[in-house]
Amino acid sequence: MKFKTFAAFVGPSVFMMILFIAAPLISVFIQSFQVTQPILQQVEVETCTPGFLTQTCTTEIKTVPILGEDGKTMTQTSWVGLQSYKNVLQMDKVWAAIGNGSWNEIMQIDFWKALRFTLSFTLLTLPLVVGVGLAIALAVNNAARAIRGPIIFISLLPFIITPVIGSLSIYWLFVGDGILTAMMERWTGTNISMFAQAWTIELLMYFYRVWHVAPFAFVIFYAGLQTVNMDTLESAVIDGASRWERLRHVIVPHLMPLIIFIALIHLMDCYRVFEEIVGFRSQAHVISLQWLTYDFMTPDDAGNRAISRASASAMLTMIGIVFLLILPLRRTWRDHKGSAH
Amino acid sequence: MSTPKAMQQSFALRFSSGAFLAFWCLLAAFPIFWIAVMSFKSPVDAFADSPWDVITGPATRAAGHGLSVIDIIAGLAVLYFAIRWAFTRLPGLVQQYCPPSLIVLGWVFGAVLYAVAFVLIFFGLLPLVLGALNSLLGPLGTPVLGLTTEHYVSVWAENEFYRNFLNSMLVTAGVVTISLTVGTLAGYGLARSGSDLAFWLLILALVFRALPHSVLVAGYLPVFINSSEILRPILGDGAPTLYGQPWAVIAALVAINQPFTIWMLRSFFQNIPAELDEAARVDGCSHFQAFRRVIMPVMWPGVITTGLFSFLLGYNDFLVTSLLLDAQNQTMVPAIAGYFNRETTTTDQVEAVAAAVSITAPLFLLVMVFQRQIVSGLTAGAVKG
Repeated sequence: MKFKTFAAFVGPSVFMMILFIAAPLISVFIQSFQVTQPILQQVEVETCTPGFLTQTCTTEIKTVPILGEDGKTMTQTSWVGLQSYKNVLQMDKVWAAIGNGSWNEIMQIDFWKALRFTLSFTLLTLPLVVGVGLAIALAVNNAARAIRGPIIFISLLPFIITPVIGSLSIYWLFVGDGILTAMMERWTGTNISMFAQAWTIELLMYFYRVWHVAPFAFVIFYAGLQTVNMDTLESAVIDGASRWERLRHVIVPHLMPLIIFIALIHLMDCYRVFEEIVGFRSQAHVISLQWLTYDFMTPDDAGNRAISRASASAMLTMIGIVFLLILPLRRTWRDHKGSAH
Repeated sequence: MSTPKAMQQSFALRFSSGAFLAFWCLLAAFPIFWIAVMSFKSPVDAFADSPWDVITGPATRAAGHGLSVIDIIAGLAVLYFAIRWAFTRLPGLVQQYCPPSLIVLGWVFGAVLYAVAFVLIFFGLLPLVLGALNSLLGPLGTPVLGLTTEHYVSVWAENEFYRNFLNSMLVTAGVVTISLTVGTLAGYGLARSGSDLAFWLLILALVFRALPHSVLVAGYLPVFINSSEILRPILGDGAPTLYGQPWAVIAALVAINQPFTIWMLRSFFQNIPAELDEAARVDGCSHFQAFRRVIMPVMWPGVITTGLFSFLLGYNDFLVTSLLLDAQNQTMVPAIAGYFNRETTTTDQVEAVAAAVSITAPLFLLVMVFQRQIVSGLTAGAVKG
């Protein structure tokens, strides 16, 4: 295919990606060093109240924003260097906390709290998703052919459901008067509230994510199981391998590329954890990096959006993505070079 | 085919495997099933302590909303035959009355017509007939199961949820059409070109796929809000403010979706043998003619599958739509967040549940109709490399 034809085919797609992905990235990078504020001026205002004989007048100096010709507040953008990053990271408080040796004080700062949750969420759910997915795939592979279709249908439901709605549906089961909370209260005889402390919310979030993603792992592993070489399996049986040894030495190595694929996709998606925070309404206890950026961008009570702090936290989030992608990209690059020679 | 004796499984293993599977199915379906049940009950029943009360709904029944045994049997029978008819006779009718060139439109029209007919019969005709039957039958006609649709009525009619539904449909339809049009071309180009440039584009797309969406929205937001001032030198006084415009959100979602779309379509195009378009080229077609005349007729399975995943992205999105659309153009998923803020009474809570179920219902239908395509789409990227 000539370059011109190739360019014509991929042109529209590349154009959209440059306009809506690459360009915003650059502008976020620039914004994170800038702050846009309304221009303020100080005016001397004299207010008079009627009094006996003479008016009582007071003058005071007020700070008011300058209005432009169209009646809007005039704003100016100035370069502030790393100030926004400092506001997000709050390193002075962190160093003070490290000096005290107090982990809890670090966890008071939004960014570090979000980072801690995002990382533990990503790393803890990964083995669970792979394990549960593999277990379901093996069990379905074991089941009678007639019931496999309906089982796949039911399994797809948690995967296909809107993430916010999915986490809400679990929230409603465990909310103060929800059915499962009532059941647990009857068993234990104590008063349980699942959404009053951070660790129970986190447990539910881990559960929700595994529930939501395990079907995806299951479908892929199930497809992979159909291509396991039966001859190898049979010779393993002849060699006296037990069921567990066959799983460990024949089936898992066969599925290894798929496990890596799922792990990669799962790391990417988990690092962006966001919808759970909205669905479980956990912002007071547990937040994630993406939610932090989202929160900076939502207008506060005065209608202002903290765009520069949002950009700074977005850029800090990107650092994690770089770490996440270095290994797979190096691998792909080596494969590509290997295939070229 | 008999399994060799050494491969046969002990009873304990088969039993535990089956039990695990049953447990998983229960786990997978229960939350969704339960919110569906809750949405039909009065608030007292929906948040009752005993599960049995939630299912049978005594308070709902006492309020005069109940179904008798006859109602349940007749309703299930109509439902069964409606679904059967949809899967056996409907496809034939669509193919019979629709010219092959407009088959997609024909399916959409057929589905809408079917949905309207179903709603008319199930919610219009059936209650009338059954109401008369119940009063005649005496003991069989007394209500046993509490069930009310009042929350759906108040969500859809009083709270104007249909506006959000229409906005969702607009955004989703836009995302699916545009991202498929742009993505098919790019996917084909990438699949047929072995150049280094194509490889780097794919790697770049993979990096873009990993980006958190909030990073991108942080880039859009200031530009979208001030776009009329930024674009005025180019477009004159008619320059639009992009913030709150559905088509601007569609464009953003299409771009966010592009990396995934081109990866998936590329893997589908790689399965179409290159000899096919080479033969067309030998016969004197240009690349575009070969694409239009030879590839387009055989690419539909891949395009439908990718379309399903684009649909899910547009439909399920919360982050982008909630930040870039204003209240009057809001789609369904962010709109449900509006219920959180005023969720003070249990009635509000059950209305939120009803809204959540309304959002889930189309997805449920989607899996029912397209299960095969969704599975093939999930495995396409992974198994073939």
